[in-house]
This record gives sequence, structure tokens and C-alpha cells, in this order.
Amino acid sequence: MSSRAKNRHVLLLLGLAAGMFGFAFALVPLYDILCDITGINGKPALQAALHEEIEASESAIDREVTIQFLAKAARGMPWEFRPLENKMTVRPGEMNRVMFYVRNRSNHSVTGQAVPSISPGQAALYFKKIECFCFEQQELAAGGEMEIGVSFFVDVDMPAKINELTLSYTMFRVGDVEHEHLISHFEAERDDT
Amino acid sequence: MVAHAQIVPKKRHPLLAFAARWLFTTNHKEIGTLYLCLSFLLFFIAGSMAMFMRLELFEPGIQFVDPLFYNQLLTLHGLVMVFGAVMPAFVGLANWLIPMMIGAPDMALPRLNNFSFWILPFAFTLLLSSLFMEGGAPNFGWTFYAPLSTTYGPPSTDFFILGVHLMGISSIMGAINIIVTIVNLRAPGMTYMKMPMFVWTWLITAFLLIMVMPVLAGVVTMMLTDRHFGTSFFDAAGGGDPVLFQHIFWFFGHPEVYIMILPGFGIASQIIPTFARKKLFGYHSMVYATLAIAVLSFVVWGHHMFTTGMPLFAELFIMYATMLIAVPTGVKVFNWIATMWRGSMTFETPMLFAIAFVMMFTIGGFSGLMLALVPADIQYHDTYFVVAHFHYVLYPGAIFGTMGAVYYWLPKWCGHMVDERLGKLHFWCATFAVNLTFFPMHFTGLAGMPRRVPDYSLQFADFNMVSSIGAWLLGLTQILFLYIVVKTIRGGEKATAQVWEGAEGLEWTIPSPAPLHTFETPPVIAQDHGH
Ligand code: HEM
Ligand SMILES: [Cu+2]
Repeated sequence: MSSRAKNRHVLLLLGLAAGMFGFAFALVPLYDILCDITGINGKPALQAALHEEIEASESAIDREVTIQFLAKAARGMPWEFRPLENKMTVRPGEMNRVMFYVRNRSNHSVTGQAVPSISPGQAALYFKKIECFCFEQQELAAGGEMEIGVSFFVDVDMPAKINELTLSYTMFRVGDVEHEHLISHFEAERDDT
Repeated sequence: MVAHAQIVPKKRHPLLAFAARWLFTTNHKEIGTLYLCLSFLLFFIAGSMAMFMRLELFEPGIQFVDPLFYNQLLTLHGLVMVFGAVMPAFVGLANWLIPMMIGAPDMALPRLNNFSFWILPFAFTLLLSSLFMEGGAPNFGWTFYAPLSTTYGPPSTDFFILGVHLMGISSIMGAINIIVTIVNLRAPGMTYMKMPMFVWTWLITAFLLIMVMPVLAGVVTMMLTDRHFGTSFFDAAGGGDPVLFQHIFWFFGHPEVYIMILPGFGIASQIIPTFARKKLFGYHSMVYATLAIAVLSFVVWGHHMFTTGMPLFAELFIMYATMLIAVPTGVKVFNWIATMWRGSMTFETPMLFAIAFVMMFTIGGFSGLMLALVPADIQYHDTYFVVAHFHYVLYPGAIFGTMGAVYYWLPKWCGHMVDERLGKLHFWCATFAVNLTFFPMHFTGLAGMPRRVPDYSLQFADFNMVSSIGAWLLGLTQILFLYIVVKTIRGGEKATAQVWEGAEGLEWTIPSPAPLHTFETPPVIAQDHGH
């Protein structure tokens, strides 16, 4: 055996191991892309529905879909955050608006960012927002309160087997080191579109 | 050619000299022994945790073990068995046997070999010390799903993460060593297609290790940053996804289960021809079947996740791919049976273990096929049926494989024959106890008993009592095994070089006990040797 060959093999194998370590991390964006395409993990689009989409679904169809709303403040977020309506029955294609209430319970000003999620996951592709507080950040002075809203419609193409879905929001504190990267992620995504 | 760093000065205290010898050894046989001893110790530790679990499960209700502590026992039992008992035992066998089987003087990277081993005691001390920490040991199962292990994990989770990193480094270095040895150090004339099956299965296992241990390292790193550095890989509320954890984990996890069985396949393929006094049937198909199993194992991880809400297409693909693995697995089973067919069989202890391996592993393969069916798995997932499945492939598979290997090669290692009477007693007790323990779990599982519970409803009481009795019996048989191994090392009938009448292969040309240094000059491989 030549020790050159041996060293080359060791390096190649170490390279393979390093590559697989990288691959584990590459799975993260890959997974997001796959879920984006298939809409299976309930991560709804983070931007407003396209104009064409809105036009295409002008006419409401005769079918009922029940939507539940959930809202919660993330750990370390001193806000009260809740939907004003818990449930709404809508028809696909029809425009709707739902309001949420937020109040800053702390004694200093806090900025928040809400992150939405939809279940069942398959419904995420068909839940279209026209305008949403989750598209931007909210700032509340100490003790401040406000109502924030989402305008949305359910795509007429949503499979008939889904007749109930849940829209939930988690409100994060912005500027929290913990979630800074998240916010920049959202900004990057919004700038893309 | 290979430097042995065994410079032990003359006038040391004997104890120091002893410690230095084992601490600094770079000899593949001594390192093999170290691996085997450590894995046996960890097997006892993880096994005694199982004894406590079975004690709690003896009767419905909570009697002896606090449910929270039960979760810790369960987690450590799984982790230590997988990473501490099964994997190091196989690496120990690889160290002992691969150089002797391919006619090499040692492993290619002896000092790395020493390092790979000595990481392990530290890794497991870290992991096991978590039992004594505030907040207790990890309690989220050996699969450490997020968010149980991230948001809700006890503080000791960080020790677990570090421990897994260390084990990963050890395994990767061990695997690199094995591949480089097999590729570079084969004696002249020992072509790939003449290598004994054990060497082949380890070559493939080593590639699996190099490809998936880094993924495991990746996933625990993500856990660590999620826990402490503000990322949200697995936190839905922060834009991540806990299901992603399962994908990455099982991308590691499914090949991992083959890492725990392929060397066992190799062992059975060595033992059966010896005692059937025939060449291994279908050597080439065995090699290709092993390769096929390894390749397929990368695309079936989703069968652990059928209930997470996958798209139908993915479920179908994974279901068919999983069932496809049964084909090369079946090829192997049929080849073993064909090797025995019309052989002049004798039933020494290693052969009994090998035959039991084939039969009971097949039972586990069949329950695996049942679990591969999506509609069935949606029923069986997370029940005791899964526990029955993986214990059938792991106990009579990986553990019986290792024990068979010890009975088979121990005379070569220590120069004494095993007391056949005791060996057979051990075998029959263990076989009886394994089935008594794990077979009833099929029934409780099908009847709906969930896994990972310290308490259960009354209708499962009888079967659980049987399982518990079986488990304690199984625990006792380990003491018998330990006794037999120690007794054989200390004395017994002298073994010949060939040890077993029908044994073929380079390791049987070396005197017994094998001298510390073998094949300093490469052996001549007879042209008709091999297959
Ligand atoms: C014909 C071959 C096999 C098939 C079709 C198969 C199939 C499966 C399936 C579908 C599951 C998931 C069950 C569930 O969680 O609902 C499973 C679990 C498992 N299998 Fe297998 N399997 C096979 C062989 C093996 C082998 C050879 C091993 C190890 C030596 C193994 C070890 C495991 C383990 C440890 C689990 C449980 C993991 C956990 O959730 O903790 N399997 N198997
Ligand atoms: Cu699997």
C-alpha cells in the first residue's frame, strides 16, 4: 500500500462526511421549497394574493367553508393577542375580513410581527390574503391597544374534502435577538416579490 | 509498515503499565477487544434499564417507577443500546476480524483507531451522567423528536447533544478506517469478489455510516442552535417546522437500522457455510443484495412518518420502495437456506445462533412489511406492534448475530473451545426468553396498546406479565453468557488453528489464540480460495 493512496482515500471520505453534514442543512431550504410547491406544511404565502388570482375568483360559489381563528403571543412577548371572532363561515371566492385585538401589557413600547399558519396544511395553497397585518410589523406604545385585520378569500379551487380550516397567528417580539433572523427572512421574501 | 506506538518503559508500576498498554494500544486486536468489552458493559447498563421498565409494566397501574423517570429510562435504554451496545460491538468485530480476513497486518490507520475507541467512554459518561442532573436525563425517546427535545427538553439535553456528537465522530472515524483498510490493505490476490461476506457487509455499512452519521450530527446541531442560539429550524412559531426534524432524523434513522443489521448478515454468511460444510450459496447475489439494501435504505425514511400527513404520492412511493427492500432481503434469506440445503449440518452453538438469526430476523422482516403498508401502519404506528417489530430484527438479529460471532470466533481469539453444553444452554434459554418477551408484544400492539407508556389498560395485563417474565429471564441469560465468555477465556479445551472442521478463510490459517501480530508479510491467496 502506498501511503499516498491511503491519504487520498482518507481525504475523500472526510470530504464525503463533510458533504453529508452540509446536506443535512441543505434539507432545510429543500424542505421549504417542496412544501411551498405542494403547500403541505401549512405555511401560507407571506405576501398578498396576485391581482389575477383575485380577478379569477370574483364569483363566489355555493359552498360553505368554516374558518377558525387562533392567536397567541410567543414566549416573552408581553402582548394580549386574540381574534375578535372565533369562527366564520364563508363561501369560496367571496371577500372576507376578520379583526384581531392586540394590547401591549408592558410598560414600554414593543414592536411585534405575526407569523401565520394554516391547518390542514393542504388548505394553505387555497387561502389567499389580500391584505394582512402579518405583512408588516406593529408597534404599540406602553399599554397601547389596537385592532388589526386580515382581508382574505378562499380559492374556489379548494378541494371539496376540506370544509373546515384553522388560521392561527403567533405574535413575536421584534428586536428580540431570538427572532431577528426570522424578520429579516420575511423581509427578504417580501423584497423578492 | 505500520508503526506500533507501544513504548512502555520497563520499570513502571504494573497497574500503570496495564493502563498504558490499553490506553495507547494501536493494535487492531486489542482495540477490537476494548470495543467488545465496552459494548458488553453498555449492553448490561441499557439492559438493566429495560429490567426496570419491565418491572413497572408487570402489572397495570403505577407501582415502582415514576412515569417521568420511566421516560428517562426508555430514552437511555434506546440510545445506549443503539449507539453503545450494537454499533460498538460490530466495530469491535470489524477490528478483530477484517485485517485477519483480508490478510492485512493491522488497520490502515492504527492511531485513529485508538482515538475512535477512546472517545466512546467519554461520550457515554456524558450521556449517562445526565441521569444525575437536575431536571433528569433526556426523556424524549431515542428518536428525540422536536419540540420534545428542543422547546421542552430538560437541561441535560445539551449533554445528550454533545454525547451524540462524540459518538458520531467516533463512528465516522471508525468507518473511514475500515474503508481505507479494505481498499488498501487486501493481501495480493484478495480481489473484492473473493472477500468474505463479513468484510463486504462491513464495507457497505461503513459507507452508510459515513453518509448518515453527519446528518445526525447536523440535526443535533440544529437542535442546539434552536435551544440556545435563537434559530427556529423546528419551531413552527418561528417559521420552522417540527416535521422537518422527523425528515432529517429518519434520513439518518432508516439507514441506521441497516447499519445495525448488515454486519449481522455478514456474520450469518460466515457461520452457516462452516457448519453446513458447503460454500455460501449465491455469493455474488449476496453482495449485490447487500448493496441494493443499502441504496434503497436512503429513499424509504418516510415509512416512519406515514401519520404526519404526507402527500398521497409520497406515501405510495415510500410504501412500494419499502416493500422493494424485502426483495434483496429475501434473496439473502433464501441464500442462507440454500446454503444449508443438503449440507452436512452440525449444530454447534454458533450455528444455532445463526439459524435462529435467520428465522427470527425473518419474523421481524414480515412485521416490517406489515408496517410498510400505509393503511395498516396508520393503525399500528406508535403501538407495541412496532416495538415487537424492531426488537425482532434487533435482538435475534443484531444481538444474536453478535453473540453467534463471539461463540464462533472466541476460540480463535483466546485459544480455548467454548463449553458446548453451556453454550447450548445459553442459546435455548435466550431463544425461549426472547420469544416470550417480544412475541406477545405483537398481540398487545395489534390490540392497540401504545408504546412508550408506563401504565396500560387492563385488557393488556396478561400479555404484559408474560413479557415481563420473559424479559427477566432474558436478563439472567446475559449473566450466563458473561460467565461462559470469562470461563472460556480462562481455560478450556485447546483450539486448533482451524477451530471448526468446516471453517474456511484466512483467519483460520492463523494459530489459536491469534498472536498479537499477524500477516506482517501478506499471505498467499490460493487461486481457488474464495468463491
Ligand atoms: C424487510 C425489512 C423491513 C421493513 C419493511 C421495515 C419497516 C418498518 C416500518 C414501516 C417501520 C415504522 C413503523 C412505525 O413507526 O409505524 C419500522 C420501524 C422500525 N424498524 Fe423496521 N423494517 C425492516 C427492517 C428493519 C431492520 C433490519 C431493522 C434493524 C435492525 C429495523 C428497525 C426498526 C426500528 C428500530 C424501528 C422503530 C423506530 C422507532 O420508531 O423507534 N427494521 N420498520
Ligand atoms: Cu425504517
